[in-house]
Amino acid sequence: MKVTILDYGAGNVPSVERALQRLGAESLRTSSPECISNAEVLLLPGVGHYAALVRALDEQNMRAPVIGAIQRGIPFLGICLGLQVLYESSEEAPQLRGLQLLSGTVCALPSNVKLPHMGWNQVAATRHSCLLDGIESSAYFYFAHSYAVLDSNGVSAATCWHGAPFAAVVEKQNIFAVQFHPEKSGDAGARLLRNFLRIAS
Amino acid sequence: MSLAHRIIPCLDTDGDRVVKGVNFAGLRDAGDPVALAARYNAEGADELVVLDIAASRDRRPTFLETIRRVAAELAIPLTAGGGIRTLEDGRAVVRAGADKVTVNTAAVERPALISELSREFGAQAVVLAIDAKRTGGHWDVMVRGGRESASLDAIEWAGMAVTRGAGEILLTSVDRDGTQSGFDVALTAAISKAVTVPVIASGGAKSPGHFVEIFQEGAADAALAASIFHGGVQPIRTLKEFLAARGVEVRLPC
Repeated sequence: MKVTILDYGAGNVPSVERALQRLGAESLRTSSPECISNAEVLLLPGVGHYAALVRALDEQNMRAPVIGAIQRGIPFLGICLGLQVLYESSEEAPQLRGLQLLSGTVCALPSNVKLPHMGWNQVAATRHSCLLDGIESSAYFYFAHSYAVLDSNGVSAATCWHGAPFAAVVEKQNIFAVQFHPEKSGDAGARLLRNFLRIAS
Repeated sequence: MSLAHRIIPCLDTDGDRVVKGVNFAGLRDAGDPVALAARYNAEGADELVVLDIAASRDRRPTFLETIRRVAAELAIPLTAGGGIRTLEDGRAVVRAGADKVTVNTAAVERPALISELSREFGAQAVVLAIDAKRTGGHWDVMVRGGRESASLDAIEWAGMAVTRGAGEILLTSVDRDGTQSGFDVALTAAISKAVTVPVIASGGAKSPGHFVEIFQEGAADAALAASIFHGGVQPIRTLKEFLAARGVEVRLPC
């Protein structure tokens, strides 16, 4: 099994590659629509501005193959912006359209707390989560973001709180996504990635 | 459930060695950056900062290689800087494996550098380093390794930088740095209150009590230290246990 990592130019690709490598997984970074269409497992490691990711997906003709691959049912893992882009749109760039595979929008976190939400925080599972399997509920994950999918209805598999509750882990059929950075989250992050690889294999 | 206070070891490097000075001078060798990075990663450090204190053009390739080798050891975030003058300098350290770029003197001279980096990498990746020194009734921004006054008020500068897109402030007290007499609580509290982004306190740490003080009274979001960690005097794990026992939320490694 090979993990295809979408390299759109701004993502934190080398860290993700190294994290997968430590777990013994083979990976391939690409921006080629053909490679994405033929992927067995897809990983989107976003970091930075929402608009940069959406524009890159459109300008490099990656939008249709990514949607096609996910709809075909291949295991997908989105990280940070890679979670946000699954939704309809984001307040960070309201004029742009997300991948619209999940309903809802990405909103700014409330301004009564320090932003970006930067550092290590805990998550609370709202239902059974395959990604969090075997990870203690007291574990911390590394976050670095100012926008999130605000979630007070328990739509996600786990939530975090920073001024408001938001989706930390999303699982829907073959779609998996996390708002934090498992590749930067020490042992807990490695365990989460290993869980994803196991689900995907 | 709330954000843990971060403990951040800092590697001040000159080429491929870690050095540490007292009051920004009197540098001495403190070890191999790659070995220290691996140790901190395993000990439960929340993040690592690597600064090129020499920041000379001809040593830059060596520094980038150091970042590459350090990043390969880490499963925690890495901030790198020292001598970042242009967007291209920032790109080079990010490509080498840094998650965040820290800027200091060059941003004072040309604040647009902050906006350029923030547009390209996002605010979460731009750390403004401020070296502040008490001058009369306020804190002055110091540049060029803490040697020259920029004739700029530190609180004002922090606010301006955040408006331009800095996502974090790395605040060093020039008065306290290297003295091991404790963090500058008044300075840190003043900046932390004035800005909307996280503040990393730096300079003066020695005892675990200094860390309790900077989190509880200085309103710091993170605390950075170098020499007390490098020499093994203060293991990160026991520091975090000390903090947890005093009600400071920290991430205890398993």
